[in-house]
Amino acid sequence: MPRAHRVLPGFGLSLGFTLAYLSLIVLIPLSAVFIKSAGMEPARFWQVVTSERVVASYELSFGMSLLAAAINMVFGLLLAWTIVRYSFPGRKLIDALVDLPFALPTAVAGIALTAIYAPNGWIGQFLAPLGIKVAFGPAGVLVALVFIGLPFVVRTVQPILEDFESEFEEAAASLGASRFQTVRRVVLPALIPALLTGFALAFARAVGEYGSVIFIAGNIPMVSEITPLMIITRLEEFDYEGATAIASVMLLVSFVLLLIINSLQGWMSQRGRRIS
Amino acid sequence: MSGAVATLSGRAPSRETRFESRVATRDSTWVKTVVLTVSLSFFALFIVLPLVAVFVEGLRKGFGPYFAALVEPDAVSAIKLTLLAAAISVPLNLIFGLAAAWAIARFDFRGKQFLITLIDLPFSVSPVVAGLIYVLVFGAHGWFGSWLSDHNIRIIFAVPGIVLATIFVTVPFVARELIPLMQSQGRDEEEAAVTLGASGLKTFWRITLPNVKWALLYGVILCNARAMGEFGAVSVVSGHIRGETNTMPLHVEILYNEYQFAAAFAVASVLALLALVTLALKTYVEWQTERNAAPETE
Repeated sequence: MPRAHRVLPGFGLSLGFTLAYLSLIVLIPLSAVFIKSAGMEPARFWQVVTSERVVASYELSFGMSLLAAAINMVFGLLLAWTIVRYSFPGRKLIDALVDLPFALPTAVAGIALTAIYAPNGWIGQFLAPLGIKVAFGPAGVLVALVFIGLPFVVRTVQPILEDFESEFEEAAASLGASRFQTVRRVVLPALIPALLTGFALAFARAVGEYGSVIFIAGNIPMVSEITPLMIITRLEEFDYEGATAIASVMLLVSFVLLLIINSLQGWMSQRGRRIS
Repeated sequence: MSGAVATLSGRAPSRETRFESRVATRDSTWVKTVVLTVSLSFFALFIVLPLVAVFVEGLRKGFGPYFAALVEPDAVSAIKLTLLAAAISVPLNLIFGLAAAWAIARFDFRGKQFLITLIDLPFSVSPVVAGLIYVLVFGAHGWFGSWLSDHNIRIIFAVPGIVLATIFVTVPFVARELIPLMQSQGRDEEEAAVTLGASGLKTFWRITLPNVKWALLYGVILCNARAMGEFGAVSVVSGHIRGETNTMPLHVEILYNEYQFAAAFAVASVLALLALVTLALKTYVEWQTERNAAPETE
């Protein structure tokens, strides 16, 4: 819009403040990671980010985050379906409590899950005799990541399911499709963009998660150390360069995930427009 | 609800029975039983059980030790620091959210979509990295490290660092609620007011704010919950000095690592209570917005 047509005041002020604030709080401090990494010897940088222990942490962080996001995709869909499609007592309470992992501080979630799954814990004491070890190992990491990722899938699928016009299902049913065929061929395809978006959001959150994981993980080198913990470990050794190098890898992954999520959300809103 | 079939009373079926009252969208009883059992068991295991565990473990030694854990000096100073960090970061991010939403939703400029992505950036950054960046800028070996130590200013391992890290992780909350709402509301009302001679400030105060008040409150509630509960970012910049740079989540960690489990869960239960209040307020705000939107859609 050319300047002369602008009716409302405050463009310069509000945009200027927004950019200044964002630069000071977010962008300039974040750039420190890349500037410091760029100042490192390439060989040293490479040696840090590909050291055995760090690579083991990538495998754990990314592997468990993928698994947790996949579990959330399945159960999140069922939970969203339950909340939208069925009426039963307590439905509204469940709808409200789904966001608990967003609202509960991660450290609180971490110690609560540990109390449940530790070998002498609420559920752990029954699993220990069976030889199943959840807390203080990779399975504990998975449990924590499932917990914190749960709301993402439910909350991206739920609105799509609510707005889904029943006409489509009626049309399918009146054309002779079984209920199973209708759900598989008509409902599920419409939910795919939302499911993938929820999956990506849960995955992105899980990769960077720290507070809920460190209590239950046991943090055994090469076995149950997540990548954010490797940054903390380097910092505690006053190895700022090493911490920064690992952080730059994590930041790069975050940026790529952010781009993927943005395009998924674009796809989702396009799909939504075409359906309604 | 364009697809809804009118019932005998002439009213559209409520949202809860909309799908179950009709053959084509109704699941068979056994499917419903299986889905309900699986999803509710999952919900009980992952949401209800951890919540219950916090309170039960906190009260394991009875009410006396429970309250003692909350009023001992280190706990009180942790509560104070948590409140301080929230009291600074929430208003700042509220002002930022309003400014960003005004610029983005009321004007056209190049790179708007990119700016929206940048505002969301702190959500994608690991909390640990969020803490680390301030160590790189203000730490002893950081960009301003020697200047700060020459002037005897401490940011890292001190309160300012905790506040900064808290601000970083809560930057997007208010903005991301306001931007889509103000974009969908359009700028007609404000433009009319300004054309009729109202000042910019008056227009903002009388038209913009009342139109977005529920979304604003929603953003503030979520922003506050995260500000009070942040752990990873704050942990990196805190230095864990008891009674000085410990927030409530960090205090929980220290107690837990010292095997004072009941005390750790007692402090944690206060944070869990805060989370429940947050969810209650959030649900209330959602009902309000639904009610306000209802007359237009029906």
